[in-house]
Amino acid sequence: MAATDDIRASSATLLEGGTPKRPANMGQYLRWALLFGGGILMVMPIAYMISTSLKWPHEVYNLKLIPEEPTIENYTYVLEDGRFFLWFFNSIVIALLTTLCNVIFDSLVGYTLCKFRFPGRYIVFIAILSTLMIPTEMLVIPWYLMSQQFGWLDSYWGIMFPGLMTAFGTFLMKQFFETVPDDFIEAARIDGLNELQIWWVVAMPLVKPALAALAIFVFLGNWTAFIWPLIVTNSVEMYTLPVGLASFGDEADVAWELIMTGAAISTIPTLIVFLIFQRFIIRGVVMAGLKG
Amino acid sequence: MSGLSLRKLVKTYDKTEVLHGIDLEVEDGEFIVLVGPSGCGKSTTLRMIAGLEEVSSGVIEIGGRVVNNLEPKHRDIAMVFQNYAIYPHMSVRKNIGFGLRASSAPKAEKEARIQEVAGQLDMLDLLDRKPSQLSGGQRQRVAIGRAMVRNPAVFLFDEPLSNLDAQLRTQMRLEIKKLHQRVGATILFVTHDQVEAMTLADRIVIMKDGHIQQVGTPSEVYHTPANMFVAQFIGAPAMNMIAGEALENGDISLESGGRIAVDAAPGAGRKLVLGVRPEDLSTGAEKPILTGKVALREPLGHETLIYLETPAGEVIAKADGRRPPEIGAMVELGAAPENLHLFDADTGATLR
Repeated sequence: MAATDDIRASSATLLEGGTPKRPANMGQYLRWALLFGGGILMVMPIAYMISTSLKWPHEVYNLKLIPEEPTIENYTYVLEDGRFFLWFFNSIVIALLTTLCNVIFDSLVGYTLCKFRFPGRYIVFIAILSTLMIPTEMLVIPWYLMSQQFGWLDSYWGIMFPGLMTAFGTFLMKQFFETVPDDFIEAARIDGLNELQIWWVVAMPLVKPALAALAIFVFLGNWTAFIWPLIVTNSVEMYTLPVGLASFGDEADVAWELIMTGAAISTIPTLIVFLIFQRFIIRGVVMAGLKG
Repeated sequence: MSGLSLRKLVKTYDKTEVLHGIDLEVEDGEFIVLVGPSGCGKSTTLRMIAGLEEVSSGVIEIGGRVVNNLEPKHRDIAMVFQNYAIYPHMSVRKNIGFGLRASSAPKAEKEARIQEVAGQLDMLDLLDRKPSQLSGGQRQRVAIGRAMVRNPAVFLFDEPLSNLDAQLRTQMRLEIKKLHQRVGATILFVTHDQVEAMTLADRIVIMKDGHIQQVGTPSEVYHTPANMFVAQFIGAPAMNMIAGEALENGDISLESGGRIAVDAAPGAGRKLVLGVRPEDLSTGAEKPILTGKVALREPLGHETLIYLETPAGEVIAKADGRRPPEIGAMVELGAAPENLHLFDADTGATLR
């Protein structure tokens, strides 16, 4: 009897104790510290952007994070300036149209390269991929000459045409279409759909996460694009938001507080896009094995 | 008339010929099972009939019409795939109705057809579910429903039961058989499982290395196999094969020195193989042909399979389920003369 009581008592302590908490060791503290440091680094530019947007011009070069006399004057100025909304509209139109075109064209080409067997398929794929190795700076001059000859300078089309289809997007979509079983496509073929219908009705809904990831990459890329829109546009009315913001101020001085205010407002659409689609981004990046 | 006919069907990939002239006539409403080991060309044959693979040479006729150059959708066939190929983003109703997308029938008629098929498959209450909410067997039924909805001339099944567990496979096998009886369509069914082939088929087509080995009813291929390959492929456990040489009196002398009295071996001195199925070889026969020592027992309940060491090598035989011989015991084995098969050792052809 006594023996069983002993056993019961000991098992009771075990049960009550629950799982013992392991004390955090040095390695863990170090990891937290690194992560914290990284987090601060990431957040600082955003914090300074907001901080600067709330400062008076004379305070801009004072690097204190909290403004001494906070003001929303900059916001009123930027929002009351008609140009801001024009640039915002330009950016929205360009980013949305480019995103739409990428989603359609990249997935069409990716699907074709993935699911059809034709001579030269591999060469076409390599040719498309190899364009990833050419930096934008090298392409800007040919693009410009082309735009000039076709009369596309200072137009939406001129800003958009280099990015309507991307090698990265084609590659991303091709990788994703690999996950769509061939049986699905063959079954649809037997059921009487034509190839375009199969792509649209069967394959596209199955790669929605990839489409979302692609849409985000393209949207953000175009929303923040600077060099090419700066080169191809001449008139203030055709500026995109980043180009327009950079034009605040005059030759003698840069109006940082206005630029930061515009930048702060312009992050809102990207923030919305990101919040809606964030779960797809990670999957898209993992799948493509690439950085966006 | 919705029979199927294959004439001298050849398939080559680059320079490798994988199907070497397949000839097959399928009657309207017949259930044909193509069976064979992996790589024998059975799935390729099916995919060529479906129009998913090009025909290198030869003719495919469906319902008396040559379909070689027709698109899959114009061949009046439906196919059920091994991994179902039902679309995860569509409900059961949409999946079943998918085959009707290309049809110009009015919507109400299409819906009625979906309801009819779902009723036949006992899936009426599942129509609004997504495939992820279905069990493996239910998914397979959706795939079959999608094939049925168009009322095709020929159904093609490409190993449709391979992804199911053993119990479900038996159940689905039965359902497919019932369905065939009810609908009466022509069915071509590919499998590597000889039990499926035996239980489902009106006629079995046994293939190996791109050649048809035998076409026959389950009973024919089991009792009168055309050659050694068919004899060993059909039936589980496989037929015992004992190599030997014919003697003048019709007996067989074994390579190990023993002798088996079969009274019928043709042509003295000829190298041949004696085949006898484990279920035909039993203890306590009137006229024993072989003696062996029990090495292993596999109790199956109603009977026990015994593995014996004999002068002819390892032999499997059937014994009583309640009182099987002990391990190590010497037993005499016999078989009815009509159950002894003789094959030519060189060509594998059946001699008797």
